[in-house]
Amino acid sequence: MGDILTLDGNAAIAYGVMKSKVELIAAYPITPQTPIVENLSSLIDKGKFSARYINVESEHSALSALIGASATGVRTFTASASHGLALMHEVTGVASGTRLPIVMCVVSRALPSPCSLWCDHSDIMSQKDQGWIQIFAKNPQEALDFIMIAYTVSEDKRVLTPTMVDIDGFYVSHLTEPVDVPTDEEAGKFIGKFEINNLILDVDNPYAINNLSSPEIFTEYKYSQKQGMDAAVEVLEEKFNEFNKIFGRKYSLIESYFTEDAETVIVCLGSMSGTVLHTVRELRKQNKKVGLVRVVSFRPFPMKILSEALKNIKNVAVIDRVSAIGSMGPLYEEVLSSIQLSDSDKKNVFSFVAGLGGRDINEKTVKAVFDYVDHANKTEEKQIDTIWIDLKKE
Amino acid sequence: MSEMNLVSKGMTTCAGCPMELIGRSAIEVLGKKTITMTPPSCSAILTGSGDETGWGIPSLQTVLMSLPAFASGVSEALKIRGIDDVTVLGFAGDGGTFDIGLQSLSGAIERGHKAIFICYNNEAYMNTGNQRSSATSLGAFTKTTPTGKKESSKNIDFMLLHQNLAYQATASVGDIPDFKRKLKKAKEVDGPSFIHVHAPCASGWHFPPNQTIKIAKLAIESGTWLLWEKENGKIKINREKFDVEKVTEYLSLQGRYSKVSEEIIEEIKKEVNRKYQILKKLEELDCL
Repeated sequence: MGDILTLDGNAAIAYGVMKSKVELIAAYPITPQTPIVENLSSLIDKGKFSARYINVESEHSALSALIGASATGVRTFTASASHGLALMHEVTGVASGTRLPIVMCVVSRALPSPCSLWCDHSDIMSQKDQGWIQIFAKNPQEALDFIMIAYTVSEDKRVLTPTMVDIDGFYVSHLTEPVDVPTDEEAGKFIGKFEINNLILDVDNPYAINNLSSPEIFTEYKYSQKQGMDAAVEVLEEKFNEFNKIFGRKYSLIESYFTEDAETVIVCLGSMSGTVLHTVRELRKQNKKVGLVRVVSFRPFPMKILSEALKNIKNVAVIDRVSAIGSMGPLYEEVLSSIQLSDSDKKNVFSFVAGLGGRDINEKTVKAVFDYVDHANKTEEKQIDTIWIDLKKE
Repeated sequence: MSEMNLVSKGMTTCAGCPMELIGRSAIEVLGKKTITMTPPSCSAILTGSGDETGWGIPSLQTVLMSLPAFASGVSEALKIRGIDDVTVLGFAGDGGTFDIGLQSLSGAIERGHKAIFICYNNEAYMNTGNQRSSATSLGAFTKTTPTGKKESSKNIDFMLLHQNLAYQATASVGDIPDFKRKLKKAKEVDGPSFIHVHAPCASGWHFPPNQTIKIAKLAIESGTWLLWEKENGKIKINREKFDVEKVTEYLSLQGRYSKVSEEIIEEIKKEVNRKYQILKKLEELDCL
């Protein structure tokens, strides 16, 4: 047992970074992530944390500096959100393509336009195909824990892939809760000093990193990256288990609640899963056969595990916190692909959009989702579009 | 040969390429204990393709916008690892320095990382086939200034006078000993340094590939390219003598000025004198 501190999600991230013995941080402030950089600067200034902090002039430079530093053999961290993450886009691909075990916290905030300060997943979803592991924490404790877990997974020789730990802007970043902060000794049992597991910029063993690659070899590079990402499914499970043994907090790539006998389950990501679980419990009191499947790891997407979890479920309601204009939500698409692997029973799979730009997903929203599914079942209505469940009706 | 050549021979740069000679000369001074970075640009040819590289030292290809930020990370990581005998070298063109990479360069200098930033200035985006940059000279033809550039080039050296560079210099492929001397100084200082090297480009400027050094020397002799350095708060002009009348000859040997008017030539000469006069005034100060 560590020290119980009262921390919000942002501070919990900063403690997670410190307990992970990060050596170099480069970050640029942006709402709602700013307290992370302030907390880290303060921990460093007070002498509690010996990392070096580069006060870069942009998010693009933040990740660029980390690529340079990670390629020189040190453990690195950055954090961003929304516009900042969009600005980083060019370099997120370089970080993953060069197989650098960088960890970044994304404090999810809507991408413009219109300008918004508040939460949705349009920022992190813009990065879903950039080759990073993406795990979603739902509260401050998970935020701290997932940062530590992220380093052990990213740095594993089988993986060598950077990780984004997502926390929802304000719903997690500014939510204050008691957080168990591991002692250095406890943390040390789980995460050791940084070990160089890949080629680096070394004058005694010179390599050219990230140079031009012809069609002769590009595909094979990408395939090796895919193998690293695929391996992350098993490595994540392994590290979650190791973490549980030391700290007694159990995590998994997918979490299922009340699914044994459920007829309808909601599949979702991030902080809304707390609200959904609460609503499910309430509805269970009324003997409604409802459940929740929370996706923790969006990349790698644990298709087999999810298809198992949804095996005997008749109705699957997927909530995406992204507008998904022009097609369906990204989580919905992943769920549909996963279902292909499961039993041949016909399922009804619904694509809901909710909680954009900081609109609260509350009990009413969740009930509206279940009601919609009930109604559609009665009328045998076929879904052909995303359902904007919290759209104002006027 | 007892020493290994740290830049491979037979690189696929254009015939008469000054960038290759600048890179080669730089590594002759900086030696084996150097980590270099190139953006996607002509200099990326030295970083190579697939499993081949031209550098005998470790190299990292960055993105065009942020080479100096990559260098910041490398420089600080070396400190963390207790490595203090390795030089960090950024090697970018005028596009990666004057334009898309300017913000990142300015940030890295302000933060004071120990690194050398070389800009080989061939006065246009040459790797994409000769489009104007803000370093393109007044009157010069490029594929995006088909009737000649209407604006003077950005004076990046004067801009950077107001940043805390530990060492700053201009240099030219037409005077390699001077360039090497300056690079030695840059290597020794504890902080960021910037060396701006004139790099006449046969392919883009339209002159025969065996004339590169001649054109570079003419730029110096005509005052079009001024050689100077700044250290310890003071500017020193390295080559006082020039003949502004040689500007006409300098321009006439380059196809990119084939349609330039008399008025523009006069304007270019005026610009030469103006820059020199400013520099002379600055040389009097000891508080830069």
